[in-house]
Amino acid sequence: MIHSLFLINASGDIFLEKHWKSVVSRSVCDYFFEAQERATEPENVPPVIPTPHHYLISVLRHRIYFVAVIQSEVPPLFVIEFLHRVVDTFQDYFGVCTEAAIKDNVVVVYELLEEMLDNGFPLATESNILKELIKPPTILRTMVNTITGSTNVGEQLPTGQLSVVPWRRTGVKYTNNEAYFDVVEEIDAIIDKSGSTITAEIQGVIDACVKLTGMPDLTLSFMNPRLLDDVSFHPCVRFKRWEAERILSFIPPDGNFRLLSYHVSSQNLVAIPVYVKHNITFREGSSQGRFDLTLGPKQTMGKAVESVLVSSQLPRGVLNANLNPSQGAYTFDPVTKLLTWDVGKINPQKLPNLKGTMNLQAGASKPDENPTINIQFKIQQMAISGLKVNRLDMYGEKYKPFKGIKYMTKAGKFQVRT
Amino acid sequence: MLEPDPNYFSSFVCSGEIFELKAELNSDKKEKKKEAVKKVIASMTVGKDVSALFPDVVNCMQTDNLELKKLVYLYLMNYAKSQPDMAIMAVNTFVKDCEDPNPLIRALAVRTMGCIRVDKITEYLCEPLRKCLKDEDPYVRKTAAVCVAKLHDINAQLVEDQGFLDTLKDLISDSNPMVVANAVAALSEIAESHPNSNLMDLNPQTINKLLTALNECTEWGQIFILDCLANYTPRDDRESQSICERVTPRLSHANSAVVLSAVKVLMKFMEMLPKDLDYYGTLLKKLAPPLVTLLSAEPELQYVALRNINLIVQRRPEILKHEMKVFFVKYNDPIYVKLEKLDIMIRLASQANIAQVLAELKEYATEVDVDFVRKAVRAIGRCAIKVEQSAERCVSTLLDLIQTKVNYVVQEAIVVIKDIFRKYPNKYESVIATLCENLDSLDEPEARAAMIWIVGEYAERIDNADELLESFLEGFHDESTQVQLQLLTAIVKLFLKKPTETQELVQQVLSLATQDSDNPDLRDRGYIYWRLLSTDPVAAKEVVLAEKPLISEETDLIEPTLLEELICHIGTLASVYHKPPSAFVEGSRGVQHKRLPGSTGLGESLESPDTGSAAGGSDAPPAVIPSQGDLLGDLLNLDLTPPATTGPPPPPTSGMQLGAMDLLGGGLDSLMGAGFGAAPAASPASFSAPVSGGLDDLFDLGGGVGMPMGAYNPPKTVWLPAMKGKGLEISGTFARRAGIIQMEMTLINKAMSVMTDFAIQFNRNSFGIAPAGPLQVLTPLSPNQTIEVALPLNTVGPVMKMDPLNNLQVAVKNNIDVFYFSCQYPISVLFVEDGKMERQVFLATWKDIPNDNESQFQIKDCHLNSDAASSKLQGSNIFTIAKRTVDGQDMLYQSMKLTNSIWVLAELRVQAGNPTYTVSIPLLLVESESSNVFLFQSQATKGKKGTLI
Repeated sequence: MIHSLFLINASGDIFLEKHWKSVVSRSVCDYFFEAQERATEPENVPPVIPTPHHYLISVLRHRIYFVAVIQSEVPPLFVIEFLHRVVDTFQDYFGVCTEAAIKDNVVVVYELLEEMLDNGFPLATESNILKELIKPPTILRTMVNTITGSTNVGEQLPTGQLSVVPWRRTGVKYTNNEAYFDVVEEIDAIIDKSGSTITAEIQGVIDACVKLTGMPDLTLSFMNPRLLDDVSFHPCVRFKRWEAERILSFIPPDGNFRLLSYHVSSQNLVAIPVYVKHNITFREGSSQGRFDLTLGPKQTMGKAVESVLVSSQLPRGVLNANLNPSQGAYTFDPVTKLLTWDVGKINPQKLPNLKGTMNLQAGASKPDENPTINIQFKIQQMAISGLKVNRLDMYGEKYKPFKGIKYMTKAGKFQVRT
Repeated sequence: MLEPDPNYFSSFVCSGEIFELKAELNSDKKEKKKEAVKKVIASMTVGKDVSALFPDVVNCMQTDNLELKKLVYLYLMNYAKSQPDMAIMAVNTFVKDCEDPNPLIRALAVRTMGCIRVDKITEYLCEPLRKCLKDEDPYVRKTAAVCVAKLHDINAQLVEDQGFLDTLKDLISDSNPMVVANAVAALSEIAESHPNSNLMDLNPQTINKLLTALNECTEWGQIFILDCLANYTPRDDRESQSICERVTPRLSHANSAVVLSAVKVLMKFMEMLPKDLDYYGTLLKKLAPPLVTLLSAEPELQYVALRNINLIVQRRPEILKHEMKVFFVKYNDPIYVKLEKLDIMIRLASQANIAQVLAELKEYATEVDVDFVRKAVRAIGRCAIKVEQSAERCVSTLLDLIQTKVNYVVQEAIVVIKDIFRKYPNKYESVIATLCENLDSLDEPEARAAMIWIVGEYAERIDNADELLESFLEGFHDESTQVQLQLLTAIVKLFLKKPTETQELVQQVLSLATQDSDNPDLRDRGYIYWRLLSTDPVAAKEVVLAEKPLISEETDLIEPTLLEELICHIGTLASVYHKPPSAFVEGSRGVQHKRLPGSTGLGESLESPDTGSAAGGSDAPPAVIPSQGDLLGDLLNLDLTPPATTGPPPPPTSGMQLGAMDLLGGGLDSLMGAGFGAAPAASPASFSAPVSGGLDDLFDLGGGVGMPMGAYNPPKTVWLPAMKGKGLEISGTFARRAGIIQMEMTLINKAMSVMTDFAIQFNRNSFGIAPAGPLQVLTPLSPNQTIEVALPLNTVGPVMKMDPLNNLQVAVKNNIDVFYFSCQYPISVLFVEDGKMERQVFLATWKDIPNDNESQFQIKDCHLNSDAASSKLQGSNIFTIAKRTVDGQDMLYQSMKLTNSIWVLAELRVQAGNPTYTVSIPLLLVESESSNVFLFQSQATKGKKGTLI
């Protein structure tokens, strides 16, 4: 099982270590540093690194490497999932997951890690349970604790630990009972030179924020559940009911949680909400290149495409770019060769355009590679797959909750090749 | 503000600081104490040594404050090892805490105690642990379960002596799913260091309990339980299916580790399901979406998923064959994801999607990342080798890439084009000119070596081959060994092809290699060439310019037995490294090799239509001679002695048990199918099926006129064409002469050189046929000579079910190489002379066989009356027991007995004047000497009766 955990910051310092079994010397991280040195980009460090006696499994989140040390055969996904859970918990407790936040709360961090694993076996990883065991630090609580001398460690056995609904605390009370659901879809797509779609798929999630008193039992039904053929559920969802009736039936955890994530595969037709017209050329023998890029909306069902951000890694030979945006602002970093153009909203009547020249190093030959254009955007009030919630019902409690559903479409890894 | 949140890091622990902390720890004020412990913990976490404070911190342990208690425990766990004597002081508090009314404290105490890795403490731990394992509160029980594993890690003997293992096993039946999950996890961990102990005693009852707990426990517990389930081998396909049905919902879990563990269970148990089952197809369909979903997760998860998918597509390509697009690379994927995706793209490449794949690969070849570009170019070459129809397109893509003149692209392209030449010789040589243009830009050894190989191999078509090679020769000593060796060989090839102009060049290279080089490999090769050339140029030509075997894409497939083992380890480190767990995980000494259930011995073969070459294991598909270890191993210790004495040990009995079960279902079917030309299910199929060779041929009476009473022997067919045998052609047949089975072969030497040292060996086969003596080819076989050999056979060799049943895989060795071919023997050679059943026995047996088990075949165009047919069949040891005439129809009742004592009963109906015979064979046709028990008595388990069918 998981032996030890090291947290390493971007500059390669180990700033926290935790051992669940015997102590493993820090020197084991040297193998990690070697791999880190070899990798050109921080994210290229391989997630599984063998060393003579141990294996290092790492994830990179918020510019911190979480490096787990294991000694025997342990499923790597199990370790990675656990590390993700650690990151989520820190974020949940401290608002951010940064080196500073972790250092400031080192005792809580230690208590948390001790609660999350026992001898390398996961013990309590549900945020609800952890919060009953160890209260998150707040300024108010710190003050109160100091005055009263009370502690931020719960004295009671967390109620959820052993119940059949371990994800929910008992005795939850709210004055305003509300349940909000966000349907968020991300489009991953690769568009080729000519504008045709090579692959496109949708990663969707339904994130919920449920603040309901007592033990509510919710059902959520869809207008078109047929779309959801590849889904991953939160453990609270009753799978049998979904199999039989295509209805999500569940007792929700308290607070924020991800109800389900789904995947609409490339085999279904995926609507592409923006198009790009581009002309990026370098001529042999000339030290200049031309750059011309126009964005336009399509298949957006009349909804506005907002927060558009275009970025592209220009070839290494490009010295600088002299461009003229019809709207928004652009920057070109001459060191990393990264061009970013903050477009904002696309106005269908006046399409945003970025045009101008790029200067190459004198005497350099024509670059071989074609830059890929990365696009980010958001479309409110629309789920691009067409998924629609039909209704949300609550059983088991008497009050009338306030319900809300929001849709949003975003670009995930949306790439246009030139 | 009373006191701002202190930043513990700012305080540096120097000796003065320690002193200060000491004072604070001994303070009377509770609050001050707590703050001091916090400071100590903070220093500890960043690796500062605060062990000097041990006694003072332990003193704070006696407290009602849970937070303070926890902090002290944290400290204890860290430093107890270095201060064992001091740690004893804490024991009393632990023991007391284990009795606390608050379950949280009881659990905490037993948990912490287990983490203190001090021998003296473990003794005191036993009693509290025993109580906690039986605690009324499940939270305490589940904590205690893990504690057993901790204790085992410190002192395994103690755990066994105290009987904790049994208590742990009892916990598998606990009412609380979390307790079950933790018990399973603890047992699995303990079992890992005791590979042979039967700790996880998995039986249908425990499996049922685990499956029930699976639905209710936490995600982590589900992983432990699923991994444990994967070690179980279901008794039959029905149990297998029911487990699969209960595991399938886990595929929709949000935790990817749960998903992958579920995939492992399903992949393994699927092996036991019959392929024609509807559920089998459903399951295949259900597996694809979760795997695709894993690819939309974070890159680290993707990486592990991709490594596993790589295994899954090799085993069952049909699962993801339509999902090619999800493996397309995004430009900002981390490099380790890109490379894995590329690998899987090639594995999934087929004629249907090759155009798309090639377009993608071409796109990748223009990216920035050098490693990735190289691999993409290589991938194009692998596509060419894998999908023959695409070869042309791949070559032209590679040529386009060479035109880009990007240095490393050109070099990679040349390396793969060399491979393409080796797969499709004499097809794409027109591109050589383009390659030669780029000669100067090559600076990597592999590319240089590849180019030199091409020049040497096709020297006769390159006008200035000598100039090209000479240009390389100038800097001979600066080249890497790889290039030097290639250059030596290439120049020798050139010399053999154009001896007149290149004499000087070859002398130069030989002297460079033999006299001026320190590299023994190079020197040796130089001397060999030198001697060859000086003694016998003709022989040199044959050696150096010999035809090379074609390469195939299988070279980068994982070896089938390893693949099977890895499939059993999906989701583990082994699956990430594609190595068996025994090869690299230190903690797991002597892990048992896991095999897929379907392939343990004679079991049902694994054929899924596309996996033909990848499947394999012990029951290789018929057409392919398995290249796996055990066959080769057998062949290598040929030694020209009859394999009956040196042959491999008989198959393990476990295999036989499975085999028995299987024979009931598949075995007899195949027997019938193979022997009589049609599978029972395939209705009255005609006897012309090529498999038959048995009765079909027996009734081929036109050819049989010449031999009135002898057994029918099929004509010789070519088994090993000269092309595949490097000039050796083997044709042959099987015959039964005077009660001895003989393999009659004609060997023809169509090569230019003399062949000697012949030897033969068979792979395990359905009836244990093996050579009874060495292959008698005493004189060398000179070119164009033909020799007839009769090899007597016996049936005492090892047994393995083949498909078709009468398939025989043969290896023939001579001084040139070892050749493999497979042939089929007519089942009739196995009919023994004493196959005449007594009338009474026959009658009784015939009646016992239910009618619906009967299968019927028609034999067409047989113009023989029943008597003539009967006597003819007798020649082949098929005996007519009785004859009856009903309505002008003659019914012949016949019996025959196979070498392995299987009786076959048949009814032959002959209508006078109608050339069509009908043969009915009851399915349960096998009876042994012991009455009323149907036995399959194989040669391998001779004397061990009782494999019941």
